[in-house]
Amino acid sequence: MLAIARQRILGQSFQNIRPAVSVLRSYSSAAKQITVREALNSALDEEMSADPKVFLMGEEVGEYQGAYKITKGLLEKYGPERVLDTPITEAGFTGIGVGAAYYGLKPVVEFMTFNFSMQAIDHIINSAAKSNYMSAGQISVPIVFRGPNGAAAGVGAQHSQCYAAWYASCPGLKVLSPYNSEDARGLLKAAIRDPDPVVFLENELLYGESFPVSDEVLDSSFCLPIGKAKIEREGKDVTITAFSKLVGYALKAAEILEKDGIYAEVINLRSIRPLDRSTINASVRKTNRLITVEEGFPQHGVGAEICASVVEESFAYLDAPVERIAGADVPMPYAANLERLAVPQIEDIVRAAKRACYRSVPLAATA
Amino acid sequence: MAFSTTTANFTSQPFSFNAPSPTSHVKLLITPTSASPFFGSTRKLRLPSSSIFNLHRRSGTVVGVSQVVKEKKPKSTLNLLITKEEGLELYEDMVLGRAFEDMCAQMYYRGKMFGFVHLYNGQEAVSTGFIKLLKQQDSVVSTYRDHVHALSKGVPARAVMSELFGKTTGCCRGQGGSMHMFSREHNLLGGFAFIGEGIPVATGAAFTSKYKREVLKEADCDHVTLAFFGDGTCNNGQFFECLNMAALWKLPIVFVVENNLWAIGMSHLRATSDPQIYKKGPAFGMPGIHVDGMDVLKVRDVAKEAIARARRGDGPTLVECETYRFRGHSLADPDELRDPAEKARYAARDPIAALKKYIIENNLTSEAELKAIDKKIDEVLEDAVEFADESPLPPRSQLLENVFADPKGFGIGPDGRYRCEDPKFTQGTAHV
Repeated sequence: MLAIARQRILGQSFQNIRPAVSVLRSYSSAAKQITVREALNSALDEEMSADPKVFLMGEEVGEYQGAYKITKGLLEKYGPERVLDTPITEAGFTGIGVGAAYYGLKPVVEFMTFNFSMQAIDHIINSAAKSNYMSAGQISVPIVFRGPNGAAAGVGAQHSQCYAAWYASCPGLKVLSPYNSEDARGLLKAAIRDPDPVVFLENELLYGESFPVSDEVLDSSFCLPIGKAKIEREGKDVTITAFSKLVGYALKAAEILEKDGIYAEVINLRSIRPLDRSTINASVRKTNRLITVEEGFPQHGVGAEICASVVEESFAYLDAPVERIAGADVPMPYAANLERLAVPQIEDIVRAAKRACYRSVPLAATA
Repeated sequence: MAFSTTTANFTSQPFSFNAPSPTSHVKLLITPTSASPFFGSTRKLRLPSSSIFNLHRRSGTVVGVSQVVKEKKPKSTLNLLITKEEGLELYEDMVLGRAFEDMCAQMYYRGKMFGFVHLYNGQEAVSTGFIKLLKQQDSVVSTYRDHVHALSKGVPARAVMSELFGKTTGCCRGQGGSMHMFSREHNLLGGFAFIGEGIPVATGAAFTSKYKREVLKEADCDHVTLAFFGDGTCNNGQFFECLNMAALWKLPIVFVVENNLWAIGMSHLRATSDPQIYKKGPAFGMPGIHVDGMDVLKVRDVAKEAIARARRGDGPTLVECETYRFRGHSLADPDELRDPAEKARYAARDPIAALKKYIIENNLTSEAELKAIDKKIDEVLEDAVEFADESPLPPRSQLLENVFADPKGFGIGPDGRYRCEDPKFTQGTAHV
């Protein structure tokens, strides 16, 4: 219930510091807590100071300090030539970013939400993702497209879609989706340093959440590998894969399941493309049951791809059908109770895990 | 879309709509005479003869331009504008473009080339007039009609022909094709199939030039970018977005509109509320110029000024080149909608013939030398076709190459090297 109450708070509050989401993680006791917002801000800051070719572009990233305050303080520090407030022209400025990236600059293009990236999707896919291939390696595009993705709280259908599946289906793009502060820092740094176009899907509701981070994470050279998932919690009975905000839900579900004797292994995907199939399959071969959790629309979603991958590679190891938990197959409603029904909740994950473990009667497919 | 365009009303309709100055001297649209219809529809519209057209166009209706627009000079002073060497260079480039495109058509009908092929016949003056003024480091961004832009920019004919044949020796190893010509060495940034897609990319390349000079402190970086696109693109949102941003940030770019009056079968006049594209420049705070795109010397003249403007740091320019494509939109286009009389009119203004006439009349060189150039180009093309024919197809292993610059997609580690090159990087999961 705490998680749902938290959804009501829009991610603008710096005071929203919560204790560590899962006490089961074994960090050193001197762990510092930083919010995801601070993690992203510090990652941008460090990468911009390390490489003068990195610059930011987007609506309200400069004087407004960022629509969600992710780029706070960067205009003062780096000046208007490196932190560009753009007019409201997604297609135009995304294309400008791609053109600059052709020449080796490293733009970080912010979309106020990824819903607005649809106005620029031609450039993300056609001129960024495909260029290295079309030019046979002559022109690489070291650009990062970042912004909040997925549902926030009460923002309606046009601001709530999850684009992980759309971008992850396109070869030539790397798609990353961090969950906690460590992911945010490590993956954003890796994305900025990467020579290929990266779509970096954040989550607005996570911006204000704080997580413990070790000193290694706070080091300026820290970065995480792309294409590697992380096992957030080990288990033996059922594998739950998730990314972004729903990793938190999956971890809470795992705690609830533990009381019933079901030990769930939670995998934080981190990288939607390239998908870490080997980790997922290894986990499924250990637990024999799989639940994929995502916030986006169910058809042709990330869960569908994971399910297909597991069926192709580890079919003999599956003891139960793969369960897909996804958002409801409807545009996001506005009414609070309907919105709650349209997004996966912790109870859905718990129920699915029990179904996979044959602990309850399977229900008909619900929203 | 249902504005009344009966022939009587048409004269006053779109042209005076937005123009701030009185357009009484812009006698562009004449009440229809017995001349045949301009574009096969029920609207009767006729453009007057070219020279008067240009004189009127260029003398008064451009708003917000400084000294860029030039009056039509008498021949004797134009003589000073090109030397013999320049004349031969321009001639050779245009003949290469024309002969190459004709060869493409031949090869297509023989089945050696496939897919979408868009030919540039008739528009060579624009490509040659602009691109021959650039340095190697300047960039060119084009559309799907990019073969001749590639050739003018310096990509060898062999490389372009092999690319069209889909061979591994092509400029993009056969992975791009007709519509996606890229060359890092010659700073040709494509080759985009979506119209309007190249304009923001070109604006970004211009942005890079400015960024390099101002932020990265490469003081001598004055690279200019040219964006080529057509009349249909000028109705696209991205075009306006980039006009805005280029003028806002004073980027070193020239927007070159190759207005050949037709987008496949859609006439520019049917698609555009105000067909005078050059007027859209001043609306965004940059000069807008219209030039006769069938005359390479006039194009070159305007191009010199626009490129110099950009190089100086004075910002972008919008240049509308009135030109025409002699062939259909692509080799698959039957080209039935265009009026043969219109085609004939423009064929009479063939840029290569015009330049040849100019060169001969002004005794810059002899006809024999021009014929020698023609022959040389023929040989270049024969060689290009032979080279392309004999080149191998890409090997199967090439299918999965070049998707990422990063070989395995694992990103770059803290030490700055690709993670997959680190022998300690295991295939296991990432635990922290």
